[in-house]
Amino acid sequence: MAVQKFITGNFYDEAVLFPAVKKVRRGGYKIHEVFTPFPIHGLDKAMGLRDTSLHTAGFIYAITGTATAVGFITWALTVDWQINFGGKPFFALPAWIPITFELTVLFAAVGMVLTFCYLCQLAPFVRKDHFNLRSTDDTFVLVLECTDKTNDAEAMSFLQSIGGQDVQVQYKETGWWLGRYDKDTKRFERKAEAAH
Amino acid sequence: MSLLRYESQVRPALVEGDKDYHQVTEDICRPVEAKPSKLWWIGFIISVLMLGFGILSVTVEVIYGTGQWNLNKTIGWGWDITNFVWWVGIGHAGTLISAILLLFRQGWRTGVNRAAEAMTIFAVMCAGQFPIWHMGRVWNAFFVLPYPNTRGPLWVNFNSPLLWDVFAISTYFTVSLLFWYSGLLPDLATLRDRAKKKWRKAFYGVAAFGWTGSTKHWQRHEALSLVLAGLSTPLVLSVHTIVSFDFATSVVPGWHTTIFPPYFVAGAIFSGFAMVQTLLVVTRKVLGLEEYITIEHINVMNKVIVLTGSIVGIAYLTELFMAWYSAVDYENFAFFENRLNLNSPYGWSYWIMMGCNVLSPQIFWFKKMRTNLVVTFFMSILVNIGMWFERFVIIVTSVYRDYLPSAWSTYYTPTIWEVGFYMGTFGLFFTCYFLFSKFFPVIAIAEIKHILKRSGDNYKEKMDVVEKEGTIEFAEKQAHDH
Repeated sequence: MAVQKFITGNFYDEAVLFPAVKKVRRGGYKIHEVFTPFPIHGLDKAMGLRDTSLHTAGFIYAITGTATAVGFITWALTVDWQINFGGKPFFALPAWIPITFELTVLFAAVGMVLTFCYLCQLAPFVRKDHFNLRSTDDTFVLVLECTDKTNDAEAMSFLQSIGGQDVQVQYKETGWWLGRYDKDTKRFERKAEAAH
Repeated sequence: MSLLRYESQVRPALVEGDKDYHQVTEDICRPVEAKPSKLWWIGFIISVLMLGFGILSVTVEVIYGTGQWNLNKTIGWGWDITNFVWWVGIGHAGTLISAILLLFRQGWRTGVNRAAEAMTIFAVMCAGQFPIWHMGRVWNAFFVLPYPNTRGPLWVNFNSPLLWDVFAISTYFTVSLLFWYSGLLPDLATLRDRAKKKWRKAFYGVAAFGWTGSTKHWQRHEALSLVLAGLSTPLVLSVHTIVSFDFATSVVPGWHTTIFPPYFVAGAIFSGFAMVQTLLVVTRKVLGLEEYITIEHINVMNKVIVLTGSIVGIAYLTELFMAWYSAVDYENFAFFENRLNLNSPYGWSYWIMMGCNVLSPQIFWFKKMRTNLVVTFFMSILVNIGMWFERFVIIVTSVYRDYLPSAWSTYYTPTIWEVGFYMGTFGLFFTCYFLFSKFFPVIAIAEIKHILKRSGDNYKEKMDVVEKEGTIEFAEKQAHDH
């Protein structure tokens, strides 16, 4: 992971943010990310993000759970150790429906949450760089990626012209590292200043 | 865009007062960031003391065995399983509010879902205590798990409703916890980013898992919430269904009925909403969140209470009809002698149940009553008493006199340790709830912000223009804007 250069602009209204996102994309700038305090429906489409496949993963986990339950119970009660419960058949599928259902749900839920955490790099003690602390409060932060060819001044004035407030250049670490939020290691910031 | 969703002005605002996004954050974070009040300390200490007495009661039970309880040869399930079913039932409202109402797109759930989900988790924790300690030799509790063992390996009985219960309750607890915590992450990040004190930054920094609020993450978060809601909806119905199977698959008169699953689920929602009302009527007042948990929220939940209470009432009457219609002497005796007859030893408990669950909630047909906080609070307690007696009636009146008169038991009253155990779970529940209300935002901040521009008081006023414009023109215009 490395420190990169970004241009950020703050927005305070979805009605301004939506057209701005479109204009940024038409203008040929690359959006690194938009940070919002709450989910804004349609923003992912406006940004051109593809749909998440988390549903598909959930389905796969679910059928894994179903197969595990049916497979294991069948093996345990019909192959490994048959027990005669009141003359009922060893392969008593209807009686296994409740546990099969519960395991289906359990596998799907646990699997999906773990996948979600993996994809979004969420875990205790994971630390990431902030562009704006208010982005979890009331500010929508639009972050543009800068390359060698980007004209900073032009990009900044463009972002201002489409409604971005407090537009600034920021050097931020794009990845995550293990750390605590009360202790600033600053190991990446120093490197960024040198590059500047 | 969110404005595309049309909402009528006739519908009362879900967030009252002149709010913007920042104000919402301030309002909901205030109780978390302020020092705990004296009232909080008093409540918390009482809860911890009750929990302490519960731990003592359980310790006595573990040392001397379940004989410390007044269970006898006929009444093997007394207060403990009554309490178990009661707590599990209460634990249903949270998931119902957060999952089923999410699927039904009910905007009002956002004000109450976080606290209700927390309540669910704590209630299921309390419920789980009873079957575990009821085992007597609790150090062998892991026998309920299917693990390779030296006894064969002899597997657990997958055909038994008691084992289904193990899977149902543990799955329900896990899924509820995941659902609740994944929803909490963004709000914990809000608290983390507002934190001034060192320990707050550290604590909420760890708790928020490094959430940033990026659009891609929100997209996945929304997908996760929706699928978890879709999974939880049948799950919540299955859990109390399986709990009812504990009774319904037996051949004890009064238990052996096919009506049990829907009847138990309706009862669970009924008692769960009552407990939500008990907690929220107090919480909104103490934490000053009246603008988020409005009278309208209370009103809507009271409507659910009168609906589910009436369903439960119909189930009671159906049971009586089926007992008579079946022409089985034992069924008739269980219902008409053991329960309905006020002069039989436990007849009084049946009529407490009828009075609290069926008759008293009918006052919620009147809007004046639904929107009255004192009535709501009083009724919520009454419903919870009634629902506790429902389980007591089902368990004790069915088993104390079953087939053989020679096996009929003497009058069963609990010992101090049974009562103490029950009190202890109250202590556990309220200790957890007090800690939750102090350290976590009791309202889903991000979700409130999400509905704010649609259902907030100050934004609804501005919707005049939209009203006149007509939905279709408005939608088209919005679509052209970007």
